[in-house]
Formats: sequence, structure tokens, C-alpha cells
Amino acid sequence: MSLNNFKDRNVGVQNYRLLDLEPTPKTGWGKFKRVLRRSVKLELLVGLKVTFREMIKALFMGEMHTVKYPFEKLPISPRYRAIHQMLRLLESGHYRCIGCGLCEKICIADCIRMDTRYDENQRKEVTEYTINFGRCIFCGYCAEVCPELAIVHGGRYEVASEQRAEYALFEDMLTPIDQLKNQKEYPGFGAVSPNADENIKKTPLAY
Amino acid sequence: MDGYIIATVIKAILILAIISALAGFGTYIERKILAFMQRRLGPMHVGPYGLLQIAADGIKLFTKEDFIPQGANRIIFMIAPIITAATAFIALAAVPLLPEFEIFGITVRPIVSDMNIGLLFVIAMMGVGLYGPLLAGMAQENKWGLIGSARTAIQFLSYEVVTGLSLLAPIMMVGSLSLIDFNNYQAGGISNWIIWSQPLAFILFLISGFAETNRTPFDLLENEAEIISGYATEYSGMRWGMFFIGEYTNMITIGFLAALIFLGGFNPLGFIPGGIAIILKVSFLFFLMLWVRAAWPHVRPDQLMWLCWKVLMPLAVLNILVTGIVMMV
Repeated sequence: MSLNNFKDRNVGVQNYRLLDLEPTPKTGWGKFKRVLRRSVKLELLVGLKVTFREMIKALFMGEMHTVKYPFEKLPISPRYRAIHQMLRLLESGHYRCIGCGLCEKICIADCIRMDTRYDENQRKEVTEYTINFGRCIFCGYCAEVCPELAIVHGGRYEVASEQRAEYALFEDMLTPIDQLKNQKEYPGFGAVSPNADENIKKTPLAY
Repeated sequence: MDGYIIATVIKAILILAIISALAGFGTYIERKILAFMQRRLGPMHVGPYGLLQIAADGIKLFTKEDFIPQGANRIIFMIAPIITAATAFIALAAVPLLPEFEIFGITVRPIVSDMNIGLLFVIAMMGVGLYGPLLAGMAQENKWGLIGSARTAIQFLSYEVVTGLSLLAPIMMVGSLSLIDFNNYQAGGISNWIIWSQPLAFILFLISGFAETNRTPFDLLENEAEIISGYATEYSGMRWGMFFIGEYTNMITIGFLAALIFLGGFNPLGFIPGGIAIILKVSFLFFLMLWVRAAWPHVRPDQLMWLCWKVLMPLAVLNILVTGIVMMV
């Protein structure tokens, strides 16, 4: 299944139609006629034909439905809210987080805890940042509220752990510095809309 | 005489070994075919294409605890699966599996005993096979088992009648009960097959064969949705496995019977030698049973009885009547 099919599933607007079922015959003669009609019209063989066709499709036309899950995975929606990621600035490679604390404040599961201090340049520096994934409900508020697009949701959804409380540290979620050019923006809540450039107006000072 | 006994023992052991291995292989084929018809892959991870799944199942069945419930009648509970498996193999004794062939200068006839009542013996043995599920269900003190065995009684007994009556017309035409005579009667190529002169009997035999081997349109004995597992509810381990070896052996037997009586048996088919031809025919009939299982829902017990007594039996009697009239004229 390609990603396009996955997104255009059109749940709820399929073309359902009623089968034109005949009324159940009341009399014995009617029942007999129905049996005769069904057996002479060979309706039973239609079922055999369908299953055989599906087998041919599956075996020779590449329409097997099985996904061998741990070895191959279905594509997930880019807006899927899985384990968080901390992004870096593309230009400098410094982490985007400015230590504002909004994500900690808005978190309704109360699972984000952060600690900051001023560094020698009077810039906010994140000293501690943990997310308790045992509590996190993956609501997406932190990604939505983040003014810097620093905390986003990634695609890692296999989150089984041996303990109820599984903490992730800032460095675990931060994009590795050598992977910076592969860093992707998150298109979900809080992200810049696709036509953001058209919506920007120049500030009055520029006139 | 000594040579005859030794040859018979060797044949019996070979048939037992090969057919029970094929019965195990049949479970694998069934899972694969059903999976393909539902566009799944089926067993894939144990061995290449899941082929060793049979071995895994065997190990599981052998090492499972052999459990006998407290309220059960121990002796009957223990021998019931043996009845099913044994009668299924005994029925094969009168079935010629392949044409005659020579090995080390000895002509081998791949039939344990070519008795003059061969067909009757096979049907009788498959009829005795109903004691397996019947006693198993009644011995285990379980209501699901009891319902399963009650269904066994009605289903197998009713469809015995249809099997016998549908085979009567071909027997009248051939004039013998030996399956080798049936085979020789159809020796002249495809146009001589009995299916062309007895199409109705073939269909009736297939339907009742499905019912007697407990295959899907009529699998009411162990229908999971209604009666848990029917007569096999309390069974575990190899005793449960023996029911299944018996069931799959019966499927193979029915396949051989249909191929021998209606589809030309082991006569050479054009350029295909006879041994290959009958294996192809039996494989197709086995595939047909799986195919039907994938396609059709099963019937209710009352529909089953209705079909047997009000449709199939009158048709079978009519078929015999018409055959008799045509043979007299």
C-alpha cells in the first residue's frame, strides 16, 4: 500500500448499496422453487469462482495482503504523533529550544519536566529536560505550543518498555548533529502551514 | 504363502507411514491454500515457506499433557481416538492406490487386499469410524461433547444412506464391488469414465463424502462457533491429533474412491502414466475440499437433515431407478 492510498481511505463515504434480496418464500412450493432456482443457476459455483480468483490475484498478481510486520512496516501518516523529537537549527546546528517552559506548562499529563539557567552569554540554556513516556498521552499540545518548532512528534511508534516509567532525556530526543541534513519538519499541529510564505506581510518599518 | 504375508505386512506399514505423513502434510496444505484464498501468506516462519510447521505441530502435540477429565469414562475416552484413526487406515486396505508396477523384478500390486467386496468393506469401515466421535463425545462428561456426538450420530448415519445409494448405480453398471474392476471398466480413456454416465451419482457421492469426512459445508461435529469443539472438546495432545489424522486420512480415502469409481482410476490419461494420473485426480479432489471450505459457509443441522432426507436421498433413489430402467431396455 502506497502512502497515497493510505491517506485517501475515504472512511465513511463508500458507496454502500442494498442487496435486492427477495422475500423468504412462505409455502413449501415456493421453497422448492427457490432451491431449484439456486441449484440450477449454479449460484454455489460463484463462491468458488471468487475464492479462486482471489487466490490467483494473491499468488501471481502481487496482491497479497500480509505485511510481515517486524520486517516490513506500513507507512504512517506524517502527522502521526509518536515519540517526540527535539530539532536543531538548520544553519548553526544549535538546538532550537529556548527554554521558555511552555511545553512543561501546557502538558496535561504532567510528564515534561525541564530546568534552565542563563549561560555566560545571558542566553537560556536547557540543563535538564525529560519526558516521562509512561505518563505521556501523545496529545500533541507540546508540539503545538512550541514557538520555535523545537519539540515535535517523530515516527517511532514501537514504544514497549520493561518499566512503567520510561524517561527520555533531551540528548536522546535531539537530532544527532551528523544527521542534521536529514532532519525533517513535523507537519502536524503547530507546524508552519504550507502557504506560510504567502501569508507573511512585511513589517511597516520596511516600507 | 509366507511371501504373501510378508508382502502384505510391508504394504500395510508403508501405507500407514505414507498416508499418515500425507495427512500431516494435508494440514499444512490446508492452511496454505486457505491463506492464499484469503490473500494471506499462511505459515511462513518455521522452515522454508513454513514447511517445518508440520514438525513443530507434531512436537507440540506429542509433548502436550495427555489429559483425561475426572468425570470421564477413562477406557472409552482413551480408545475413541484410536477407533477413528484405525478405521480410517483399515478402510484404505481395500483401495488400490496405484497401478501395478515392478520393483527388483517383483510385480507389486499396491493394494493390501483385493477382496471381492472391496467397496462394501471401505464404506463399512468408514461407517464404523463414526464410533470414534460418538464414543469420544459421550465418554467425556461434557455437554458440548455430548451435542457433538449427537450430531455425529445424525449426520454420519444419514449420509451413510446417501453414500450407499449413490454408489449403487455405478455398482449396477460395473457388476462388481472390487475397486480394481471399477478401474478396469473405465480403461478406454476419458470418454469411458463413469462420471459421464452417472453425473448425478458423482455429485451425490461428493456431497455425502464431504459430510462423512466432516468437511466444511457439513462440519457440525466440531463447529467452534456453536459447540466449542464438539466431540474433541476435552481432548488434548496426541489423542486429539489422532482424530485429525483420521479425518485427513478419510479425506484421502474419499478422494481415492471418487477418483477410482467416477474419474477413471489409475488408467493412463493420454501421455500421463496411470500412477501420476490418479495422484493428480486425488490431489484435485483434496484441493476441492479445501476450496469449498474457503468459499462456502456451513449449514445448520436442520438444513443438513433436510438436504439429506428430502433432496439427496430421493435423488439417489431416482438415479438408481433410471439406471435400472436404462440397463434393462
